[in-house]
Amino acid sequence: MNERPAPDSLPRDGSFEIRDWLRLELMPHFMCPGCGHGIALRALLWALDELRVRKDDLAVVSGIGCSGRTAAYIDANTFHVTHGRPLAFATGLKLARPDLTVVVISGDGDSLAIGGNHFLHACRRNLDMTLVLLNNEIYGMTGGQVSPTTSAARFTTTTPFGNNEPVFDACEVAKAAGATFVGREATLQTPNLKELLKEAIAHHGFSMVEVISDCTEIYGRKNDLGNSPEMILNQKQAMRPEAYRNTVDTPFRPNPFHTGVLAKRDRPEYLDTYRARTEALRKREEGK
Amino acid sequence: MNAQAPVNLQGNHACALGAIAAGCTFYAGYPITPSSEIAEHMARELPKVGGVFIQMEDEIASMAAVVGASMGGARAMTATSGPGFSLKQENLGLAAMMEAPCVVVNVMRGGPSTGMPTRPAQGDLMQARWGTHGDHPIIAIAPASVQEVYAETIRAFALAERLRTPVVLLVDEVIGHMVETVTLTPPTEEEKGARKWATGPREGFKPYRITEDGVPPMPRPGDGYRAHATGLTHDEDGFPTQDPARVSVVMQRLLGKIDKHRAIVDRWESLDCEDAEVVVVAIGISARAARAAVRMARAKGIAAGLFRPVTLWPFPEEAFRAAARGARAIVVPEMNAGQLVLEIQRLAHDGQRVMPLNHFDGEPIAPREILASIEEALT
Repeated sequence: MNERPAPDSLPRDGSFEIRDWLRLELMPHFMCPGCGHGIALRALLWALDELRVRKDDLAVVSGIGCSGRTAAYIDANTFHVTHGRPLAFATGLKLARPDLTVVVISGDGDSLAIGGNHFLHACRRNLDMTLVLLNNEIYGMTGGQVSPTTSAARFTTTTPFGNNEPVFDACEVAKAAGATFVGREATLQTPNLKELLKEAIAHHGFSMVEVISDCTEIYGRKNDLGNSPEMILNQKQAMRPEAYRNTVDTPFRPNPFHTGVLAKRDRPEYLDTYRARTEALRKREEGK
Repeated sequence: MNAQAPVNLQGNHACALGAIAAGCTFYAGYPITPSSEIAEHMARELPKVGGVFIQMEDEIASMAAVVGASMGGARAMTATSGPGFSLKQENLGLAAMMEAPCVVVNVMRGGPSTGMPTRPAQGDLMQARWGTHGDHPIIAIAPASVQEVYAETIRAFALAERLRTPVVLLVDEVIGHMVETVTLTPPTEEEKGARKWATGPREGFKPYRITEDGVPPMPRPGDGYRAHATGLTHDEDGFPTQDPARVSVVMQRLLGKIDKHRAIVDRWESLDCEDAEVVVVAIGISARAARAAVRMARAKGIAAGLFRPVTLWPFPEEAFRAAARGARAIVVPEMNAGQLVLEIQRLAHDGQRVMPLNHFDGEPIAPREILASIEEALT
């Protein structure tokens, strides 16, 4: 075992400290070496820190899978629920407790396959919460089965001859379903991801941020995508920032992706509208 | 409206009014016959009391939203029927595991599958007990009149909140759609039942602490406990464990929780059972027919009685054994192929002959059919 100093004994320089946001008693975490989810988690906590969200007022809801297990490491009110249902659970939680900042951490299988229906309707409904969709193109927790975002021809344990299904573009689906804030960023650019998440969480309405994350141990290994640094640097090949959209249009990979804020719309928030419609009724009842 | 004046109401309407009286503040549902009236009434009533109604995208989502609202502190409910009840089982299990208080109404219709949406049945008795996978604590209540739907909806909330458990209200379509005269007596605070909230220091706080009464005080988000809740098997600190020694201890607490509170959980009606040679055991609309059959039998000089579990699960074993001890036979009329009868066979240890009487044709059981079974049981 490596001898490491206790996290609290390390010096502080006054900037963002991830240890302030983690349940250190749960360390070491159980993610594989090179997994992108830890980077995404760091970016999320960094964003929350800069937004000065109070941990007591933060509720993090997650589903099942590698993405689902990340929520438990956050020192907040955390709920690890059923597969695909974190958005539905979070809808109830937010409606009951509008005072809480609600963040949902989900994965490509969790939100786009088994929870696809909840994903569509959360986008449509526009209740004020943020979905952080960790897309690593694979069901990692169960051993590496094909997911709705697995790139074409890739090998997984359930596509032993290569994937023959097209991918779901989560951001395009979210936009079509009416989400009022849609963004995407890769773990390669952690500060950009942090900025995007800040904007998403601050957005009043439903916001969705897809995080391009890497599964090195299961997906990368099976498809010979290189080691962890190679995989993360390869994100650059496919990345097409929105700012440069008109200048870069040759796909380097079969699955190129745009990054940045992809959609931002102004539409009344769900609970605001509900309260506005029912306020008069409630006042009338109270007057009785 | 004067709350004490009798009014004519449908069972489903009484259920909604019972929920509001019980302090329900959140309802998530999905339309399904024959329970939709509950959602419709809740949509109108909840905003008046500052609550929130939402129609979710499916039955799964509505159950998940109910658990989410409950973990946030709301008194939450949903209502459905057979196909929807099947879909709710996943998150009903989550509610049992996270110990999220909630009320799930199942207005039973003919099954399996789409079955007979507008016809009554009592086919979900076993599903109400064992519907979600794995051993789990749950309470199921089966009212038999519109008045009882109102009162038992209130009690369902009280039990859910006090014991941190999902409570299923099993109503058959006849009771749900029948109109009767009811008195809407508002419950006292005691009858409403309060959730045990965590108080005290955050340091060393355990959200699933093993307590004397089996019910761990619940951390309210925002109160500073920053607890973790999961559907994974978890230790007292709320975090997952697979250590057999710990799993055994925490699961024993979870599974034994309801049994510690049988005094407030158990409820039954025992009618003329003291000297009965034949005891009829039935719930819901079948119990209404059984009551008439017992009266007809008594008029003919047959010593018949009725035992009606109001709380169906856990089954009121002791009360049933006491009621049936002197009987020679037990008749079990039910609108399914034989579910309640399994429990009766399990409990009838005194040599009683157990006779099932089953309907699964979408028609309620008539008193004369039960009377015929009573007479046959004594031959």
